[in-house]
Amino acid sequence: MLKRKDLLGLIDLNAEELTEILDEASQMKKRLKAGDKQLTDLKGKTATILFYENSTRTRTSFELAAKYLGATVINIAAGSSSVAKGETLVDTGKTLDAQLNDFLIMRHPIGGAPYLLAKVAKAGVLNAGDGMNEHPTQALLDMLTMRETFGTLKGLKVAILGDIKHSRVAKSNLFGLKTMGADVYMYAPETLIPKGIDKLGAKLCTSREEALDGADVVMGLRIQLERQQAGNFPSLNEYAEFYGVNGKLLSLAKPNAIIMHPGPVNRGVELTGKVIDHEKSRIEEQVFSGIAVRMAVLKLLNEYREYLK
Amino acid sequence: MIIRNGNVVLENGVVKTDILVENGKIVKLAENLPTDGTPEIRADGLYVFPGLIDMHVHLREPGYEYKEDIESGTKAAVKGGFTQICCMPNTDPIMDNKVVVSYVKNRAKEVGACKVHPIGAITKGEKGEQLAAIGEMQKAGAVAISDDGVSVKSSRVMRLAMEYASGFGMKCLCHCEDKDLVDGGVMNEGLSSTIAGLKGIPRAAEDICIARDLALAESLDVPVHICHVSTHSGVRLIRDAKRAGVKVTAETCPHYYAVTDEIVTGFDTNTKVNPPIREEIDKQAVLAGLKDGTIDCIVTDHAPHHINDKNVEYNFASFGISGIETSFGFAITYLYKTGLMNLSEIAEKMSAAPARILGLDGGKIVENGVADLMIADLDEEWIVDPAQFVSKGKNSPFGGYKLNGVVKYTIVDGEIKYQG
Repeated sequence: MLKRKDLLGLIDLNAEELTEILDEASQMKKRLKAGDKQLTDLKGKTATILFYENSTRTRTSFELAAKYLGATVINIAAGSSSVAKGETLVDTGKTLDAQLNDFLIMRHPIGGAPYLLAKVAKAGVLNAGDGMNEHPTQALLDMLTMRETFGTLKGLKVAILGDIKHSRVAKSNLFGLKTMGADVYMYAPETLIPKGIDKLGAKLCTSREEALDGADVVMGLRIQLERQQAGNFPSLNEYAEFYGVNGKLLSLAKPNAIIMHPGPVNRGVELTGKVIDHEKSRIEEQVFSGIAVRMAVLKLLNEYREYLK
Repeated sequence: MIIRNGNVVLENGVVKTDILVENGKIVKLAENLPTDGTPEIRADGLYVFPGLIDMHVHLREPGYEYKEDIESGTKAAVKGGFTQICCMPNTDPIMDNKVVVSYVKNRAKEVGACKVHPIGAITKGEKGEQLAAIGEMQKAGAVAISDDGVSVKSSRVMRLAMEYASGFGMKCLCHCEDKDLVDGGVMNEGLSSTIAGLKGIPRAAEDICIARDLALAESLDVPVHICHVSTHSGVRLIRDAKRAGVKVTAETCPHYYAVTDEIVTGFDTNTKVNPPIREEIDKQAVLAGLKDGTIDCIVTDHAPHHINDKNVEYNFASFGISGIETSFGFAITYLYKTGLMNLSEIAEKMSAAPARILGLDGGKIVENGVADLMIADLDEEWIVDPAQFVSKGKNSPFGGYKLNGVVKYTIVDGEIKYQG
């Protein structure tokens, strides 16, 4: 049993725990594929989705996941709530607790914010992305997609290219994949590589070719225009030319390699349109995996809550 | 008053002797002073230090009394073994004029715990544009100038400040930080900031400014003091400058010589401090710098904050550690018990050097010297509990740390101001 009140990051999840979540998510996929979207695992439970940053994909994914499991779901956009009136996160957490929420699903622009919320809230906290720290359910859905394709994560070569420095997706994937025995290769402009990431087990490459050669998974990360404006690289064109992945480069990867991207994609920047639409692309499957993984995490956290009662 | 049979920490070693104190002065150091009815303190097995001096403290009054005030701050200071402290000018209003300087001096006298020496602002409103009334502030009791909390951004203004202040024998205490390079960072940039996913502050943000202020001091041939040195490269810059004859002195804090930025990865906002806690290489360099004299003294940069300033997301939390009640324990535990320094060296770093740098009376136990003394038990162990601080600022990341060195008496001008 996953003995956790919260899912804050993959940094401290062991292989057994990760496997339990992925196994449960595989089951969820089966149930969903069987057409069952009116499950009752979370019947009578309440989940509040609290997003301090804009998101469509992750927010709707969490919302649907909770609803498919039968939970009551509330959405709070930080801009239109008491947060905008200056309420602190600690007070927001206490308020949501007093409203008998079972789960708080939070996205926040500052690393560590879910840890603060989890400390004050009795509700289970699910980190839906915190600053440059972690995005655990994204990495879990990536890992689920990889495991379904290859049967195992052990020994896979996963190449991650893009804005590593500001990417909570890259970090959560690094933590989770290393724990499961995969090798993570990274390539990006020097200004977009966080200090010391190699000490966390990432293999830093000196070229796209080195990263892609023999890769099982090619993962692109979104390049945000604001990074260019902040001076991390001169232009999107230059980025695409020296750091993007095109069809020719893709041919360096293994014949059965897959292409992944957490979305939303900048066509022609981190990946060319041809790569995005390639038959090897699993980008849409990732979205489906996302629902399943979030359902699995909610179910497992709920089981532990029930067990503690 | 006679302090009987203590191990007295002198400049060049420790001797077991009695100390006769009269009228606020140390009258005599001798063994077996006759008992003549004057009150006595038995100091058997205890150590008598010159009263500690902290030249970098934030008392918050006026303006931020909810974080700390002169009464709570000075009472915390004497509990920490300090007999003299210097308080920084980032109050509200900013201490950039004689009125605020006088207020702080008078209020501290009224409270009557330790001696307080105000540090005036370098520039009006700490805005980095026009010089504050340096001469007037000195006349009112300011002992140095600093825009601590922010760097003087303009090299031209800094040059003029150093030049003008030198005419009054006043030193600039430089908070070295290139804000442009800090760029919103909240902790040291390195492996730990990557693990925490928090924006890092590179060492260069501190080093660039240290280098600039050393260059100004050298070219003007005036003294300069570098505040809270935290980087290994900053230590090297200062060491090289000293060798070249630049009139530079420097300070560091316990959190730079005792811990590394790994403690930040748990997101405890009490670890958030400016400059940030750095890495092992920096910690080792700071220790080496203390040992070889590159870093002249230890300060606390005591920066008390209210819980509301800290019980928030890491980026939103205020910078600063409440450190005046743990500094002596850190020195005994991390500098003395480790064998790095003897007690005379610790007294030098925490008393004699700051007195010398700022021209204060005290810092040594000598006959005819001022009777500012501190008596401590060096073996007694204690566990830091910030909730028990006298300071209003409970913002210490060191709760639960086991330290040696307990202050038993703090004596200011011959009067017992704290008894533990």
